[in-house]
Amino acid sequence: MAAVLELRKVTKSFGSVAALRSADLRVDAGSIHALVGENGAGKSTLVKIVSGLYRRDSGEFRFDGREVDFGSTAEAKSDGIAVIYQEPTLFPDLSVVENIFMGRQPRDRWRRIDRSAMEAETRELFARLGVPLDPHRPARGLSIADQQIIEIAKAISLDAKLLIMDEPTAALSGSEVDRLFAVARGLRDEGRALVFISHRFDEVFDLCDTVTVMRDGEYVSTDAIDDVTVDEIVARMVGRAVAELFPKTPAELGDVVLEVNGLTSRGAFRDVSFQVRAGEIVGLAGLVGAGRSEIARAVFGVDRYDVGSVQLNGTPVPPHNPRAAIAAGIAFVPEDRRQQGLVTDGSIAQNVASVIRGGLTQLGLLTTEAERRAAGPWAGRLAVKTAALDLPATTMSGGNQQKVVIAKWLATEPKLLIVDEPTRGIDVGTKAEVHRLLSDLAGQGMAILLISSELPEVLGMADRILVVREGEISATLDRADATPERVMRAATRDVEDVA
Amino acid sequence: MSENLLNGTSDQSRNDTSAGRSASSRIVLAVLRRPEAAVALVAIAVIAITTLKRDAFLTSADSRRDLLLAPAILVLLAIGQTVVIITRSVDLSVGSILGLTAYATGRIFLDYPDLPWPVVAVFGMAIGAVLGLVNGALVAYGKVPALVITLGTLYIYRGIFLTWAGSDRINASDIPSNFLDLGTRQILAIPVLTIFAVVVLVIVGHYLHTARSGRELYAIGSDPDAAVLYGLRVSRRVLSAFVISGALAGLAGVFYVARYGTVSSGAGNGIEFQAVGAAVIGGVAIFGGSGTVWGAAIGAFLLITINRALPVIGIQDFWQRAVVGALILSAVVLDRVMADRRARHLAEERSAT
Repeated sequence: MAAVLELRKVTKSFGSVAALRSADLRVDAGSIHALVGENGAGKSTLVKIVSGLYRRDSGEFRFDGREVDFGSTAEAKSDGIAVIYQEPTLFPDLSVVENIFMGRQPRDRWRRIDRSAMEAETRELFARLGVPLDPHRPARGLSIADQQIIEIAKAISLDAKLLIMDEPTAALSGSEVDRLFAVARGLRDEGRALVFISHRFDEVFDLCDTVTVMRDGEYVSTDAIDDVTVDEIVARMVGRAVAELFPKTPAELGDVVLEVNGLTSRGAFRDVSFQVRAGEIVGLAGLVGAGRSEIARAVFGVDRYDVGSVQLNGTPVPPHNPRAAIAAGIAFVPEDRRQQGLVTDGSIAQNVASVIRGGLTQLGLLTTEAERRAAGPWAGRLAVKTAALDLPATTMSGGNQQKVVIAKWLATEPKLLIVDEPTRGIDVGTKAEVHRLLSDLAGQGMAILLISSELPEVLGMADRILVVREGEISATLDRADATPERVMRAATRDVEDVA
Repeated sequence: MSENLLNGTSDQSRNDTSAGRSASSRIVLAVLRRPEAAVALVAIAVIAITTLKRDAFLTSADSRRDLLLAPAILVLLAIGQTVVIITRSVDLSVGSILGLTAYATGRIFLDYPDLPWPVVAVFGMAIGAVLGLVNGALVAYGKVPALVITLGTLYIYRGIFLTWAGSDRINASDIPSNFLDLGTRQILAIPVLTIFAVVVLVIVGHYLHTARSGRELYAIGSDPDAAVLYGLRVSRRVLSAFVISGALAGLAGVFYVARYGTVSSGAGNGIEFQAVGAAVIGGVAIFGGSGTVWGAAIGAFLLITINRALPVIGIQDFWQRAVVGALILSAVVLDRVMADRRARHLAEERSAT
């Protein structure tokens, strides 16, 4: 069959970070092609290159038989490439009709928008898709499923040759998924090419004809779906060495520090129960968007939860009250340190001292001297490399920023430390330092809840791994039993259940 | 693909729910969809109450002419402001552009007394468009928020005006009388300036409704990131919105000369806030994406009419300002309430299918 899309040895870097090292992808007309890989394998970057949002650094990119180099999404679109993103991108204030036709509305001979033609075509599209949507209602308030249907209607009206769906089923219910798949198969039978990105293997095997696996920005394999098994695919997704990482030194486990019971937040996670003991590192593994960070934020009290309880050393922690959580002894180092954890414009000393200001003030005044005194020992202990504590935090490297954030929370002397993606975007050397620090803290009897998308990190650091899948804990694995394959299988939706 | 992929009963059930909705709630819905209607009702109420209190407000020919003439300049500015606000920006420099172009118009009349006035008017608009282009280029390509950019150009343009004019001012005696006549002339009891303003209103309103680029302005304001993904030319559109706003502020400057004859250094001072206020009162969402120039024009009419009506019914100066403030706040609150109700209604409608 004819290849609609062909990528060969495509590379893309952002600064010093290589998102794609060598990506290959060949999609035929009249087929549905699955693209799978771990978080950060480069799938999204690849999609963005195909859709014209990014430009590749090198490599071949052929579409419909021609060498192409899209400079904008408009060029890719006019060539016949449509993308449905995980989060649909619609204009909330505009009507459904306008959302479908924006930028290419049918016009009359006065070059005015022909609203009746536009509306007639929309009704036809919706009849074909079998959707009872009012074309005149604004897009605001539509469910994700309805928004995706609008995106698909858009793609069909564009007469797209290639339709890319980036995790389209993540927010859909069972019947909505069935409807989407029926539409996708119909498009395939018309001879269009589809790329389907998903972590749900049952869906991949149900829908797709071919599957390409990516890992660490590189092409791994392409097979007809009938020639591979779930196990083989999972092994290819995770196959890499764990050795480079600093393993946790075994520590004496003490009493239960954190006890979470039946925690539920509608739309985010359900019935989450677990314990963390003194000296223990518990890893929360799972795919991006599975609800790991949401659970941590609810435990710390940043987000609300509907049902359940959180106890620290046997005392209930009041819900939705971060101040009370800090007072009770919980520290939380959030995922995005620039936005949430670090006051980057302030000096390093100010940053470190910011959570303990209450204890540092004299006569209600906070002196730079007091801040520096409080910050000094912590920065020293963490080996933060910076000339002086008075420098702004923005001047530091990502790894050192992360250590400042951790130092800031250690100054509150917490009993439980929650770290969310502590080593994202950090160089390997500093990564190991952060790992050693976490290991030391556990050794001193601190309870640590570690959220990480990097499997080797969780496997190397955690005494116990809780795997979160679509808002539920799908598996609990002890350090001895945890393998990359088992974690990955529990994290992705699979035909069989994980023991 | 030709057959219906869902069960065929869903269309049926939707028709049933819409038929079950009462006629009155449909009317309420129609008003909810049209904030312009509510503002027009308030404007009519203000005129009615003022006329009851002092019937000269509507019976005297002069007062009737002022009722239509006084809002003309602000209507132009509110139209331009709406075009900009729809794209999620704001143009605070329009008062300064008005002052600068008004002075420039006067100077052209002084230095080239033989030029016909329509040519001078086009010059005035062109100067405004260039000043708008500067705003637009800084906002669209400098990626600095419009609030900051136009706050800066507000002072810069005013400064250029003051430097250029020095201690000069334009007096009515400098202006050709056929141009000054425009400020007072009426056709079929409607002031000419008002007719011009309405023509502009119709053109811009039609453009925003029926041109692709007009709809794209709404799309950009509704979700700028989505606009990029759609492949819309965001920078160019934002730039053009500021050019429109600048050109209309320039035209407002020309109107200013025709209407008042004199241009002193304070011309147009602070009128940018009235323009923003008129747009907000008229239902233009300050975060972009929704609102019409019709609403903004009615908002401008209401704002000016209230300012004229309050002294007539004997309300003190301080309270006049407070009333305008209250009007803006209530427009925003009303907009919020309506948006919530609309959202709830839409959610119910969807879940009913």
